[in-house]
Amino acid sequence: METEAVRLLAGAIALLPLAGIGLGLGKIFAAYNEAIGRNPGAAPLLDKKFMFTFAVTEALGIFALLIAFYLVFAK
Amino acid sequence: MADPMHQFQIATLIPFHVGGVDLSFTNSSLWMLIGTVLSIVGLTIASERKAMIPGRLQVGAEGLYNFIDNLITENIGAGAKQYFPLVFTLFVMVLVGNFLGMIPYSFTYTSHLAVTAGLALMVFFTVLIIGIARHGTHFFSLFVPPGVPMWLLWLVVLIEIVSFISRPITLSVRLFANMVAGHVLMKVIAGFAIMFASVGGFAWLGTLLPVAFNVVMIGFEFFIAFIQAYVFAVLTCIYLKDTMEIEH
Repeated sequence: METEAVRLLAGAIALLPLAGIGLGLGKIFAAYNEAIGRNPGAAPLLDKKFMFTFAVTEALGIFALLIAFYLVFAK
Repeated sequence: MADPMHQFQIATLIPFHVGGVDLSFTNSSLWMLIGTVLSIVGLTIASERKAMIPGRLQVGAEGLYNFIDNLITENIGAGAKQYFPLVFTLFVMVLVGNFLGMIPYSFTYTSHLAVTAGLALMVFFTVLIIGIARHGTHFFSLFVPPGVPMWLLWLVVLIEIVSFISRPITLSVRLFANMVAGHVLMKVIAGFAIMFASVGGFAWLGTLLPVAFNVVMIGFEFFIAFIQAYVFAVLTCIYLKDTMEIEH
């Protein structure tokens, strides 16, 4: 049972990077919305850049989630 | 509760061994074959009748063509038409794999590092071989950015080399991790519904919450499936740009 508890705890610790990724995503969304607000005409160009940066940053969160899943589920 | 990792297990369908190397036809190969046949047949039918007023299928195929064409023009440059087949094939392969994985009880072949690493290494070596063939040793000036002070140069070059080598790793792990995590997340949340249902009494009302969340998640997963294929294509274009002109 001891190792089981440590495994679950490790899974939780593996999710700590989400704090930084949350900050990063917040920054991306804020910058995107501000840019759209200042210059709505640039929306088509900004959309593409936003999608790309969002997906690349979001992938880092997925890495953390994946490691947590492996720690919890993979036997 | 069933293991959420069970869906990614490789099952051998037709065993086939050559000199100790396992080349069996697996469920992964089967779904890759389905994806390939689907994209080839679909695009062939779509481009067979070149109608002046295009039908639905032709509009879809032309949209896909234009999408990748714009992607290459924006990210590599106007004179990079020779990379169109590579980027188009990679994009369609990843996109079809991601979308086929959304069918219940199917297999997501992009959820295996072996597949995504194969694609990413292909891109990596394409860049390396074309770059060296076209520019010779001048290709390695890629690692020396201009305007860096002499005392800092060794560190910058080191960082550039490490980031160049880690390209296939990040490219493949990004796609594979997104697919695995998304599918596992859906299974875990579906597992919550089963947990609620097994309590008994009025607890079954609680199943509505995870099921409703899963409906949203499936929509999000379709979005991720497309976005990851798009990111794969864009990053391929950005990497291929290194083989074009070296300005310094």
